[in-house]
Amino acid sequence: MTAETLPPPASSIGPVAWLRQNLFSSVLNGIVTLALAAGIGWLLLVIGGWALADARWSVVTDNMRLFLVGQYPGDQVWRIWLSLAVLSVLAGVSAGAFGRVTRTLAMTLSATQAMIAALLLASPVGWLGVGAYALNAAFVWMAFALSVRVRISRRPLTWAWIVSLPLIFALIAGFAGTPLTSVGSNVWGGLLLTVLLATVGIVLSFPLGVLLALGRRSTLPAMRILSTGYIELIRGVPLVTILFMADIILPLFLPGEWRLDRVARAMGGITLFSAAYVAENVRGGLQAIPTGQVEAAQALGLSTFRTNVHIVLPQALRSVIPANVGLFISLLKDTTLVTVIGLLELLGIGRAVLAQTESFGAAFEVYVFVAAVFFVLCYAMSQASYRLERQLGVGER
Amino acid sequence: MTDHGPMESNGAGDDIIVARDVHKWFGQLHVLRGINLTVKGGEVVVIFGASGSGKSTFIRTINRLEEHQRGEIIVDGIELTNDIRNIAAIRSEIGMVFQSFNLFPHLTVLQNIALAPMKVRRLPRDAAEDVAMQLLTRVGIPEQAAKYPAQLSGGQQQRVAIARALAMQPKIMLFDEPTSALDPEMINEVLEVMRELAESGMTMIVVTHEMGFAHHVANRMVFFDHGLIVEEGPPKQIFEAPQQERTRQFLSQILH
Repeated sequence: MTAETLPPPASSIGPVAWLRQNLFSSVLNGIVTLALAAGIGWLLLVIGGWALADARWSVVTDNMRLFLVGQYPGDQVWRIWLSLAVLSVLAGVSAGAFGRVTRTLAMTLSATQAMIAALLLASPVGWLGVGAYALNAAFVWMAFALSVRVRISRRPLTWAWIVSLPLIFALIAGFAGTPLTSVGSNVWGGLLLTVLLATVGIVLSFPLGVLLALGRRSTLPAMRILSTGYIELIRGVPLVTILFMADIILPLFLPGEWRLDRVARAMGGITLFSAAYVAENVRGGLQAIPTGQVEAAQALGLSTFRTNVHIVLPQALRSVIPANVGLFISLLKDTTLVTVIGLLELLGIGRAVLAQTESFGAAFEVYVFVAAVFFVLCYAMSQASYRLERQLGVGER
Repeated sequence: MTDHGPMESNGAGDDIIVARDVHKWFGQLHVLRGINLTVKGGEVVVIFGASGSGKSTFIRTINRLEEHQRGEIIVDGIELTNDIRNIAAIRSEIGMVFQSFNLFPHLTVLQNIALAPMKVRRLPRDAAEDVAMQLLTRVGIPEQAAKYPAQLSGGQQQRVAIARALAMQPKIMLFDEPTSALDPEMINEVLEVMRELAESGMTMIVVTHEMGFAHHVANRMVFFDHGLIVEEGPPKQIFEAPQQERTRQFLSQILH
């Protein structure tokens, strides 16, 4: 008996067959399909009509500068453009050198800056801003194209990232008494502040959380008790409370000449808060590593430190990527809570804009815009996480 | 750090492992009740006995995966104490192969083998990978170098584990039931590698119930029962004229 490979019956493929099978398989299903289609169509018409005809987007575009950088002085905005240019070039080069994950992030950075450039076209910021963002969006692609042709090794690139973050921070903050004048963090705001809070929170809370997780499993009682105590304490307190405490109580403990500014305090609070949750995620990953892995490493003569760095953490961390990205998405959205200590991040700026008399009645437009910006950022993070999982082969052990 | 010469010349004939009155408790449970065993360089010792008799625990005390609580263990002239430097020095001279392989799943076969020489012996990557390839050739699977452990069969994984232990150029190899987790058709490929290793002059302590291997390869067999060495002697004597009733009983159970 020979088994032939036959094409599927004609009636089961093609768009018409698909429609018949899935949407119109009976009279009742046909009616439901038509009713739902009408409902969705009406909804789209209403929303589209509002967004394109009735909505006063001028409230958003007129205040675009505020949404982007808050009260950051107009004659110093070039520092932010320069920072973004550095990030764009680094992201583009990394996209070529590191692969899929960074490519997603680089594409998002480029697309976001292109969108900002388009939004600025309709705002009174001026052509310089439009050009700066458009140029930065292009930088990502130029750097990417370059790095695909010229092989750039990963180690110096990693160091470039590590060095660039404090440099960018210094560039934005400036130094009193130098040509690069100091720009107090009290005027930072909008998307700039949101991104800074989230980035610093993520970058600092991750290593701190890993250390806390290792500390909680340490054989040294003092380490274990301190780490466990810290984690349980922080997880038992709402972020808002921690932000208030960081704002009011932290300065009391610091020596008088140490004037920690308000944004730094908020960053500290967010970092300390997030680290406790990172620690618990990582602990879950650590527990999943069989003891045989540690024994094999020890039998080879690897020290406890090297066993953790080369054997335990690489396995534990990749298994908790999804949980940690979820945590960092929450962190990004939780930065809106800094409003309670008087900082105007993106949502805070939105509320400030709405307080102006000329914005009366445009609350919907402002909130839709703010929500859309958060959505783009969070969606990019979650896409990057899916790519990272696939690239590292989570679940393919 | 001293440079170890070729494995063939690691002081054959001298006492390389000396265990005197070794005791170990797990909570209230007295699992090692005074073990005395001396192993000479180049010797192949097979340890056998019922499960729970302390044989695995004993070989794990030799490289300090388990801490003994009384008695002394001296490996190549270094006494095992809580001193971390002593433990590190002894571990770098002892290779260990586990029942469940314990390969590192996130590293390729080649990286599994090259990791310890690079990080502990500070070998440059190229040199470490050369060593790794030589060892993979020696255990018969150089073509698997770029694969991940999960892509290999059990027998291949255990051969990689042997190569990984050998990469540190140990003077002593410990095998903790190396074929117990393998499908029957893969046992021989692992035993064959172990036999060749024994012929090269490696000092080996092997916990196993593979009596054919013990018969043909071991210089000495040691029978463990309830945390004590009940009987030891050359395989011929153990198989043909065991002195102790319990040894005879156990052998008759596993040899049918």
